Amino acid sequence: MLQRTDHLTKRYGIPDGFTLTRYLADGGYVQARRALSMTREELVNECKAANLRGRGGAGFPMGVKWSFMAPTVAPGRPHYLVINADEGEPGTFKDRSMMEGDPHATVEGCIIGCRAIGAHVAYIYVRDELHLAKDRLWAAIREAKAKGFLGAKPFGVDYAVEVYVHSGAGAYICGEETSLLNSLEGRRGEPRLKPPFPAQAGAFGMPTTVNNLESIATVPALMRLGGDNFSKISSLHPKEGGSRLYGVSGHVNTPGIFECAVGLTLRELIYDLGGGVKGGELLAVIPGGSSTPILRADELVEAPNESHPLHAWHGMSVLDVPMGVETFRGLGTMLGTCCATVLSDKACPVLAMHNLMRFYRHESCGQCTPCREGSGWLERLLDTIVAGNGTMDDLNRLHEVANSIMGNTICAFGEGTAMPALGFLKKFRREFEEYIRTGGRSSTNRLALAQPAAE
Amino acid sequence: MAFQLTPEREQELAEIFARYPNKMAACLPLLHLAQEQHGWVSDEVVTWVAEKLDVSTAHVFGVATFYSLYHTHPVGKHHVWVCRTLSCALHGADDIVKHCEKRLGIHVGETTADGAVTLHTAECLASCGTAPMMQIDREYHENLTLAKVDVLLDRLRKS
Ligand SMILES: Cc1cc2nc3c(=O)[nH]c(=O)nc-3n(C[C@H](O)[C@H](O)[C@H](O)COP(=O)(O)O)c2cc1C
Ligand code: SF4
Ligand code: FES
Repeated sequence: MLQRTDHLTKRYGIPDGFTLTRYLADGGYVQARRALSMTREELVNECKAANLRGRGGAGFPMGVKWSFMAPTVAPGRPHYLVINADEGEPGTFKDRSMMEGDPHATVEGCIIGCRAIGAHVAYIYVRDELHLAKDRLWAAIREAKAKGFLGAKPFGVDYAVEVYVHSGAGAYICGEETSLLNSLEGRRGEPRLKPPFPAQAGAFGMPTTVNNLESIATVPALMRLGGDNFSKISSLHPKEGGSRLYGVSGHVNTPGIFECAVGLTLRELIYDLGGGVKGGELLAVIPGGSSTPILRADELVEAPNESHPLHAWHGMSVLDVPMGVETFRGLGTMLGTCCATVLSDKACPVLAMHNLMRFYRHESCGQCTPCREGSGWLERLLDTIVAGNGTMDDLNRLHEVANSIMGNTICAFGEGTAMPALGFLKKFRREFEEYIRTGGRSSTNRLALAQPAAE
Repeated sequence: MAFQLTPEREQELAEIFARYPNKMAACLPLLHLAQEQHGWVSDEVVTWVAEKLDVSTAHVFGVATFYSLYHTHPVGKHHVWVCRTLSCALHGADDIVKHCEKRLGIHVGETTADGAVTLHTAECLASCGTAPMMQIDREYHENLTLAKVDVLLDRLRKS
């Protein structure tokens, strides 16, 4: 259901929208002040009532995650809040818009989050390239500190809170939460084995919560509305609450970030918000970042069984299913970051897969053999196919290699590579076979619609 | 010659260390600070960071080589990164890369003979809604056309 909201984006695009003056004029920091007079339990319950599913990709309930933190802070074991703003998932550009457009919402969210988990320090891990975002966050932190909203006694309350920005240095894998923690600690960004989970031993070996940047920046809004009211904005309430940022890029006429109530459909995102497909008909869409398996435009929901969660949509187009963590799992894909990439029928799916597998080979941290070697094989097999020299054996080998990565790695990057690979192979089996048979002559052999100069 | 920070940057050191519960955590920020001044992470920079953090040079070197934005070899004065991941590729990133190579007379990964520009490709820079795009030093340039690229590159060669 298409329902535009502005709980998160009200100040987007306003010339001074990122300043403290503007944030205060809109009632900013009232919730942080209130949070400091609430108990941890009250705050966690508010977040649980909001049914906020993490916005970083996995969709874990945020209030439940907060509740994993030890209820009392043991001596010598400080708690930490770590915010994930590594935003590297191909197709995803929503966290950047929040940091640049409304940085104070993140700072206020950090104060509330620290209080909720018993932490006094929050680190916002931002990928290095986002210089404007980092500058805006630092400026917001300084403004808040000068007003006495941060520091030893925020709002005069005896509960110290400090917020710092920590810059990455160019590595997609640092978005994975344990890799991010190593990177924060001054090490190579290699993921850690779990358990222990961050809530037991995270940053500096201490109990830690890692929240995505959009997740934490949404907290002031959910407090303002009240958890229950916030949840009810969503058409998927009570499973998934609130409003969130939806992104759309690729072959659409008006790409961008749009805030809507949870439960928007892909059709609404592509046609109503994205202005429709550019340069042809819709071929396929990657729903939430490149690690989420691709959906074809001509796919129908297959859920004849009444107990299937998607039974209500049985026989309908996948484009008309509300975008939710569970609904999209039911479709055999994932909601991921909720930023969709759209391919028109002028784009070649073989080249699209090649582009993404090159990305994964480049970004594997190299710790696990199946991921390091497997991502290399996937790319090389596709190199051969794209060069027009592929065989049907190569196609089978792509399957084998992708399957051998699944479940055999330290972190979810492995699945994040294998699942979209298997998705392309399954959904575009016929196109791959024809491509191989004709040496590529069956394909447009292009991803772009036209030369950028001609646009 | 041993590496030393300028007095202005030296002042930032204490502020950086104060953010973290131990010294090692300042590894990435110190590498950034030193590279900002020196242009790249030389052996002298690695030694300097290791001394400041009380860790081995092997640790610092391991960190510097893990991340793509630390340069462990001398590089050009300016950096051009063209995003080549899917959303940008759907809008002609490959043509932009080729055009930059031709215009600068170098391949990806190389530096112009006058030392002015190093050309890189980048993976998704979180700017997919304004594809195709490139980053030049700290700035993003979005919704590129080949004509826009020409203007940007010409400006770089002159500065
Ligand atoms: C390979 C990989 C890359 C990831 N990249 C990001 C990222 O860029 N930003 C992010 O918030 N989460 C990313 N995640 C998910 C995080 O590990 C973690 O689940 C998330 O930050 C938790 O926040 P949330 O519960 O608020 O969603 C990534 C996970 C994997 C496996
Ligand atoms: S799965 Fe890949 S990225 Fe994750 S730890 Fe293993 S090698 Fe590194
Ligand atoms: S694909 Fe180029 S910025 Fe995302």
